[in-house]
Amino acid sequence: MNSPAPHITVRDLTMAYGGYVLQRDLSFAVNRGDVFIIMGGSGCGKSTLMRHLIGLKEPAGGQVLYGPMSFWEAEPEERDRMMRRFGIMYQSGALWSSLTLAENIALSLELYTNLKPAEVRDIASLKLALVGLAGFEDYYPSEISGGMKKRAGIARAMAIDPEILFLDEPSAGLDPISARLLDDLVLELRDSLGTTVVVVTHELSSIFAIGTNSVFLDAETGTMIATGNPKRLLAECEHPTVRNFLTRGEAKAAAKPGEVPAPCFLT
Amino acid sequence: MTDVGEPHGTGELRLNKTPDGELRVTLAGKWYMTDTPPSPDMVRNEIETFPEIARVSFDARDLTGWDSSLLTFLLAVIDFCSQRAVPVDREGLPVGVNRLLTLATAVPERKGTRRSAGHEPFLARVGEYAIVFWRSTREMLAFIGETFTALLRLVTGKSRFRGSDLLLVIQECSADALPIVSLISLLVGLILAFVGAIQLKLFGAQIFVADLVGIGTVRAMGAIMTGIIMAGRTGASFAARIGTMQVNEEIDALQTTGISPIDFLVLPRLLALSVMMPLLTLYADAMGIVGGMIVGVAGLGLNLREYYDETIKAVSLTNLWIGLFSGFVYGILIALAGCMRGMQCGRSASAVGDATTSAVVTGIVSIVVATAVITVICNILGI
Repeated sequence: MNSPAPHITVRDLTMAYGGYVLQRDLSFAVNRGDVFIIMGGSGCGKSTLMRHLIGLKEPAGGQVLYGPMSFWEAEPEERDRMMRRFGIMYQSGALWSSLTLAENIALSLELYTNLKPAEVRDIASLKLALVGLAGFEDYYPSEISGGMKKRAGIARAMAIDPEILFLDEPSAGLDPISARLLDDLVLELRDSLGTTVVVVTHELSSIFAIGTNSVFLDAETGTMIATGNPKRLLAECEHPTVRNFLTRGEAKAAAKPGEVPAPCFLT
Repeated sequence: MTDVGEPHGTGELRLNKTPDGELRVTLAGKWYMTDTPPSPDMVRNEIETFPEIARVSFDARDLTGWDSSLLTFLLAVIDFCSQRAVPVDREGLPVGVNRLLTLATAVPERKGTRRSAGHEPFLARVGEYAIVFWRSTREMLAFIGETFTALLRLVTGKSRFRGSDLLLVIQECSADALPIVSLISLLVGLILAFVGAIQLKLFGAQIFVADLVGIGTVRAMGAIMTGIIMAGRTGASFAARIGTMQVNEEIDALQTTGISPIDFLVLPRLLALSVMMPLLTLYADAMGIVGGMIVGVAGLGLNLREYYDETIKAVSLTNLWIGLFSGFVYGILIALAGCMRGMQCGRSASAVGDATTSAVVTGIVSIVVATAVITVICNILGI
């Protein structure tokens, strides 16, 4: 399943809302089977970067490549085919409120496979069981708790066994034990299905527990200031912003006056 | 040893029975849900037909690819075996498959979670409807009561809402509504005149088209048409706005901040619409008369001055007051219906849709009922 070519390559990406440039010169690669963390302080553009990766927002400049294919230069049909290989969990779950949990999961199975209704139902039940929601098939999203909605959101994202799973703030708003279970689930999926996982988060415990690679976006300079394995970044990175972030501010690191701290791109 | 095998797309399933009662399930090829993988029924049939099978084991050495379809297949087999108390040996399965199977069965289904699909008996459903009807009637009365006490608080100066909100709502339900009110009222005036003209022409009494249009519009049609337009336009918008606030927990936030949502959201809308509706009605009356005048002058050859004088003669001030009073009442009803359905809104996107629909229906029904009541009262009073 492993191939040397990166699964996702981001090249000189510029993200902008109208004339306002949020981040520029983003270049990094996500390998197959990586748990890739997009991190940074609030408002630095983490979720926006994810919207660029999943094809909801067109970059102001630069490219997003899946394997050798450039997403935004591809034909619309090809782009649809690429998007079908993504599983996405949105920050609030974004479950369709007029459908039951089973129907939420079944929708993409019905669209993209020729399975019989009973088989679709079995797969939906399996996905719900995988996230610990066995028996909740006929519940509507409004009838379950916030944490359950998150898990159901992951079950929906996994519906057609995606190659890449995008998770936007998966553990925000969850109790520590549920957050831990969610981390375990992500690793389990990666290990058993070989799924590449891209996670937007600023939960430090999650970052260190599951992250194998990462990019750090800085709001102040409007570009990335670190890449690499989060644990190694904690040990090796000298950039004050990254240090403060990864130690919860305890490092009290500060740049020397008049000096621009060097970014750390670990390979 | 007996062999049963069936090539199924690219996923393959072979069953071998060994003399010591073991059923060996061989999985081979690619098991993907896109290529219709084999069904677990084959394994089920085999176990049912041969009761001597004492164990089930797997051989997945030739399995080259798999996804969730393999997992659902295995879960079905394992489930069936555990019902029949046949032990299953999962050794031969790929590590990833085994881990996911463990995960899928890790959190057992909580008892009582699953819902029965059965239908409620007829009487139970009737009873439920009756309870819901009674509850919604009580909610409606409670809402009207709360709004009334909020109005009293307003009169005594204890009620709180923002003046800028009131002005914004006034603009939304007056000036912004003028184009649609103009169009509809003008057309209703035209229609009334055309319908009347056909009959009146038979008696050579075309001039009375002015009476028909004047009285009809000023006394009833102007207010009713404006009311229906505003129920569809503004009542629906009130319900959608307040309903969305309910979904976003904004109403809860108002309450916990110590601000009555009735004061803050309902009062400005109620005031704005009840003050603006009579004005809109007056405007609609004028447009309706202009519509009639166009037919009278262009279609029936009446003199403009003649038509004007006849209208002035026919339409009494009493008619105008009844029309304006109706408009005022409709304004209150539409605002109450819109705000009430918004406040009663559930917490989902579809609930906002239901609230909007319900606001328009409630608004229009109450307009018609109110018209009937006003007409009866006017009849009794002889005006």
